[in-house]
Amino acid sequence: MYKRLLIVISAVAILSMLLSACGTKASTYTCTDSIGCVKIGPTDPIHIAYMLVVAGPNAALGTDSRNGVEIAIDDAGGKILNHDIKFDGEDSACSADGGQAAATKLAADPTIIAVIGTSCSSEARAGEPLLSAAGFVTISPSNTAPDLTDPSSPNHYAGYFRTAHNDKIQGKAAAEFAYNFLHLTKAATIHDGSLYASSLVQVFADNFKQLGGTITLQTSVTIGQTDMSSVLADLASGSPELIYFPIFMPEGAFLIDQARTTPGLENTKLMVADGLYSPDVMNAAGASVEGVYVSSPVVQGAAYDTFVAKYTAKFGTAPINIFHAHAYDGFNIVKAAIEKVAVVETDGTIYIPRQALRDAMAATANFQGLTGVLTCNVSGDCANPIIGVYEYHTGAYPPILIWPTEYVK
Amino acid sequence: MLRTWRQRITITDIFIWLIGLAIAALVIWGTIATLQQGKYPGSVWLDLTIKGLALGGVYALIAMGYTMVYGILKMINFAHSEVFMSGPFTAVFVAIGLSKSGFLNKQPVISLALILLVSAGVSTLIAILLERICYRPLRNAPRLVPLITAIGASFFLQYVFRGFYGSGTYGYPDIKALDHSWTVGGIQIYATQVVVIIGAIVMMLILFGIVQWTKIGKAMRAVSEDKEASELMGINVDRIIVFTFGLGGASAGAAGILYTLLYPVVTFYMGFFPGIKAFTAAVLGGIGNVPGAFLGSLILGLLESVGPNLFLTGLGIPSPSQLKDAIAFIVLVLILIFRPTGILGERISKDKA
Repeated sequence: MYKRLLIVISAVAILSMLLSACGTKASTYTCTDSIGCVKIGPTDPIHIAYMLVVAGPNAALGTDSRNGVEIAIDDAGGKILNHDIKFDGEDSACSADGGQAAATKLAADPTIIAVIGTSCSSEARAGEPLLSAAGFVTISPSNTAPDLTDPSSPNHYAGYFRTAHNDKIQGKAAAEFAYNFLHLTKAATIHDGSLYASSLVQVFADNFKQLGGTITLQTSVTIGQTDMSSVLADLASGSPELIYFPIFMPEGAFLIDQARTTPGLENTKLMVADGLYSPDVMNAAGASVEGVYVSSPVVQGAAYDTFVAKYTAKFGTAPINIFHAHAYDGFNIVKAAIEKVAVVETDGTIYIPRQALRDAMAATANFQGLTGVLTCNVSGDCANPIIGVYEYHTGAYPPILIWPTEYVK
Repeated sequence: MLRTWRQRITITDIFIWLIGLAIAALVIWGTIATLQQGKYPGSVWLDLTIKGLALGGVYALIAMGYTMVYGILKMINFAHSEVFMSGPFTAVFVAIGLSKSGFLNKQPVISLALILLVSAGVSTLIAILLERICYRPLRNAPRLVPLITAIGASFFLQYVFRGFYGSGTYGYPDIKALDHSWTVGGIQIYATQVVVIIGAIVMMLILFGIVQWTKIGKAMRAVSEDKEASELMGINVDRIIVFTFGLGGASAGAAGILYTLLYPVVTFYMGFFPGIKAFTAAVLGGIGNVPGAFLGSLILGLLESVGPNLFLTGLGIPSPSQLKDAIAFIVLVLILIFRPTGILGERISKDKA
């Protein structure tokens, strides 16, 4: 009885040894990367995921970025190193909870090499620890909070890059626009508790004060709040000339709409940032949107015009938000880095060492992108942005660029 | 005498009274300090009051659904906030269509009536289906069962509508006829606010009239007094319950349109906060009591609108508007401590209470 079992076991053992010997014969590469390698078989696709807000009130933000990546994939012929590209992902809901949930799902998939995302800075704060620990590289088309690429901040993680501008630049530009171009000296700010908004208003306030202006009040609203009357009454008591509230939908639309009917704020200028550069703002705020300023990066040039033509042909609409070109560049930076570090076997198997990929991304220099000539640094900032200010007009999307004047066509 | 009195009072009573007194003292102190600061001119208070009344009027119409159903079935219909959402979330497509064709600005009265009708119709339908599918089979089950069903139905409806219309936001178009304002006593009064306040009062009067002076209203009151006895008297209890749900749904759908005049953005989760506030208002006024729900709603609307700036600014609390929900719920807690039956008293039959 035992003898027969022994024979079976030894037969299985010998067979498995033979099989594994066959398996290792084709491979000559041994992974020495400190955080591991991804092995992609000869017919397997290269898996790149997205983690963007593609549903809910801020869906335009992430969908637009995803569209940008899809065009980049088309431009690459759907292949990297002769392997198909597998592109799928998770909605991250533009919130910390959503970011954590999406990142948990993605981190469980070891075939993922890179993640295009996130859309909102709060998602990155909650999700990036998981994505970083899983060994992925992340490149965000639209995170702008300064923390994320500040090496001394606890919100900075290895493997994180972004093609979006840092809000240190956007906040400064907004303050300069208000003080130097509009000649306003009294401003107030509102944030919604998100990482993006709270850091951006702080940068704005610091720069505005440095220029010589005064901040009458720095206050906040809660996400989900609809009735803004008491916060607006509070703001009106300081009679600011400008209210800066770089928040999201739908609270931003409620503020725009209700500010117009608050005594003392009828003629106050309103200014928002790239989070509220969206057709949804037009629909929700109606006629009140007239004259609202919105800051956003300026992307111009012949290559960009070609891109917009492709976008319009593929999706049947002009770009619905602002970070499509950033997503396009982000994907191409990842693609270039993969091509640089990948080890290709004769049978078509590819090994991608994860740490080497991160290093290659950080070494990206003079990359010719749609958003400019991009050079990444070790802490993750790749952008070379020009921030412009646009003005909303009722019934006309997109808003019109009015500053800096040298870019106005 | 003193002795029995002393025996009746427990440590808990004293503790609760102390909390109540502390909050009352804080409110009075904050109010005096704010008024002394003179940060806000009188016109701001007037403006906030009007906004609060408009919001209160909307709460009142939603609260009717909670209070009438409670009066008859002794259950809190927590899915009512989704009944409220379903109307305006559907009617937004009618509004957008009318706006695109230009009809909205040519015939604003007919358009508004049409939008109102669609909204109230959808909400009524949802409320009746809810009763038929979720609550009627459970009418004799223990009281917790329909309550849990209500919570489940609430999520179900939210995600059904998310599936129908998507998870994005839709904006109600501007109505040019309502883009008008009058200057009264140094403040601007907007046509939308006037329409909302008058609309809410008119609809409340209609509802009150139906409950008080019609035959079916009499039957409703009879069923809420004693279900078995009214059945013996020849009242079709099932029909009355369906009617009550329908009436609550219609008033929620109408409230939804008034709400979107104030806050013109609709989403599938828009019902949650107004629903919970209206429930608070119904409890505040005395649940099961129609005039009570109206009074409670106006008080809650005013507190939310005027409260943060009046009570908290003087205490030096930054961004007081974030605490407006806290004010609403603290008021609810205080009412439940000192007058558990609400301001006007719970109007339910003795044997069921």
